[in-house]
Amino acid sequence: MTDPVSGLIYILIFPGFLFLFLYALFLAFLDRKIAARMQQRVGPPFFQPFADFIKMLGKEVIDPAGVDRVIFDAAPLVALAAVMTAYLYIPIVGNSPLAFQGDLVVVLYLMSLPTIVLFLLGWLSRNIFSAIGGIRSVTQLFIYEVPFFLALLTPALMAGTWSISEIVIWQQKNMWFVFLQPIGFIIALIGLQAKLERTPFDIPEAETEIVAGPWTELTGRRLAIMDLTVDVSFVVGSALVAAVFLGGPLMPWAVTPGWLAVVVGFFLFLAKTLAVLLILSSIKVATGRIRIDQLNDIGWKYIAGASIVQVGIVLVMNYLWVYA
Amino acid sequence: MPEVVVSIGPHHPALKEPVNFKVVVDGEKIVRLELDLSYNHRGVEKAAEQRDFIRVLPLMERVCGICSHSHSTAFAKGIEELMQLEIPPRAQYIRTIIAELERMHSHLLWLGVAAHVIGFNTLFMWTWRDREAVQDTVEEMSGNRVHYGMNEVGGVRRDLTPAQVTAALERLPNLEERIKKYVDMVSSEETMLIRFRGVGKLSKEEALKYGTVGPTARASGVDYDTRKDDPYLAYADVPWNVVTDTNGDVYGRTRVRIGELWESLKIVRYCLENLPEGSIRVTAPRNAPTGEILSRYEAPRGELAHFIRTNGTDKVERVDIRTPTLANWTSVAICLVNQNLADLPVIVAAIDPCLSCTSRITLLDKQAKKTGVMSLDELIWRNRSRDQEQVRP
Repeated sequence: MTDPVSGLIYILIFPGFLFLFLYALFLAFLDRKIAARMQQRVGPPFFQPFADFIKMLGKEVIDPAGVDRVIFDAAPLVALAAVMTAYLYIPIVGNSPLAFQGDLVVVLYLMSLPTIVLFLLGWLSRNIFSAIGGIRSVTQLFIYEVPFFLALLTPALMAGTWSISEIVIWQQKNMWFVFLQPIGFIIALIGLQAKLERTPFDIPEAETEIVAGPWTELTGRRLAIMDLTVDVSFVVGSALVAAVFLGGPLMPWAVTPGWLAVVVGFFLFLAKTLAVLLILSSIKVATGRIRIDQLNDIGWKYIAGASIVQVGIVLVMNYLWVYA
Repeated sequence: MPEVVVSIGPHHPALKEPVNFKVVVDGEKIVRLELDLSYNHRGVEKAAEQRDFIRVLPLMERVCGICSHSHSTAFAKGIEELMQLEIPPRAQYIRTIIAELERMHSHLLWLGVAAHVIGFNTLFMWTWRDREAVQDTVEEMSGNRVHYGMNEVGGVRRDLTPAQVTAALERLPNLEERIKKYVDMVSSEETMLIRFRGVGKLSKEEALKYGTVGPTARASGVDYDTRKDDPYLAYADVPWNVVTDTNGDVYGRTRVRIGELWESLKIVRYCLENLPEGSIRVTAPRNAPTGEILSRYEAPRGELAHFIRTNGTDKVERVDIRTPTLANWTSVAICLVNQNLADLPVIVAAIDPCLSCTSRITLLDKQAKKTGVMSLDELIWRNRSRDQEQVRP
């Protein structure tokens, strides 16, 4: 990326922030529509998430008594900035021009930030529901984060690189990791569902127990930004899973000319993220919320165990086949 | 962690009813529960004393939005018994049909609510869709979805035409299939099993000790159903079974209610197929003789009791309504101790609480602008002194 103008276009317009914003809202719509149809409802029109976003931006911002306004305003923005930055390192239409060794780890850390921000918001809100929700969200973070990280790092282990783009290239040469590491793929999907706090992992914002958890005191643009953060996290998460496990935007063979490769890559990206969305929406519809102690049991006994087994299998495969 | 008071309600997304729980929690564990019930005292009993019987029935329907037929039937049944009226069998059957359809829509509604409080919204949407079939049937028969207005002292107000009977019978097979699906779901759906099993345990002894009624009692193995133990309407003629369960937890209560859905369907089908011919009402006298009666009725939520005292006029001197929710409340406070905070909504929902119907008394200090609670002894003492004052002049 030598040309600063094309770099700016990449970051700001396509496939950068503008596209990300629109695609995030589109995925939010699709998620709601799919869930609605599965539940025999009509569901929202396609512009509903956008309309909601605009409406909430225009609403009054209410400060709960005794809350530090500056931090309360800044926290949602930090969360949004973190996930948007993470997006830049993920291959969308071809490999990311910003890729470097270790961007996988950076992306994973940036994606954890919204949860920390939620905890912070819950703590700052001076509201019992928010506080319980905030505590639940970090408790949950400690449960799903370990298996999620392990599941996403095992492809790196096999490909011998810490760069998402290079993992994609490795898959182009060999095979998709979903076939090589099916356990890891399933764990990554479960972890993503938990990270996005969707049913059955919507424990921190369980509306029938603690109103909206950390979200309770968020109003107006704070709520809008936080909602957008979750929608953007969805895009980033599904794109990450698509890149690491489903071969990203690259075809198994070279596509020429260059512009055609970009178009094909973009459609592959769309198809793969939509596939991930379909799976996650189905999980959301098919389950109820589990309890935090049940999640603790399931998470540490089975999911973490399975991810360690996956790491073991990969080490054996590396020894016998990949680096033999 | 130190003990924290989580105040839930009267405005809370989990509760669509006016009640306040002060839940004392230690981390996620519930230590104790304090209840404040009476946010919606509507003075129904007082209003009933000022209307004649014909005008009390619509009022009784409005005690509850779900068991509207239960309240009006319980009242009409009591008055008819005082007047020693013989109600024609066709009217009895029609009342039974509406009563069981009401039970079905109430239980389907409950199943949806129970699913919703554990975050399982798909089941919630499905049961409420199927509930529409029941409501459509009721609407076809009575013209209304909620307050059917079918009862009057001496019988029912509307007859069922053969076309209505056929239309209702045609709806049943589809409903039967859906109920079968729910029977399957409750025993195999993992997400319901892990949230319902072992939650809110109530042993048979406790169920008896705290005077629970209805599905809450039957789920703890108490074989008690007014329809069987003290048959009224057409229940003595219809073949049906009391559904009990030995689990004693939310899972058991769910199983009982789904089993009752099945039984209700059977009763409705039997009554529709064997609807006797004849008139649908007898003319009731204007006044009821002096007397007292306790009219019991198995509402969807449990045994409902109307105590009626008449004084030889066309008005009641006193009517006292004991709703099943009131009988079940104490058991909730027992069930909740040592449970998870996350299980609070589902345990509360498991008795199918209907709070606005329960509100019978409110203590209000006008000067201090405060509401309060009263012990049983104080209540008895106050009642005595009031009676004495009435006697004295």
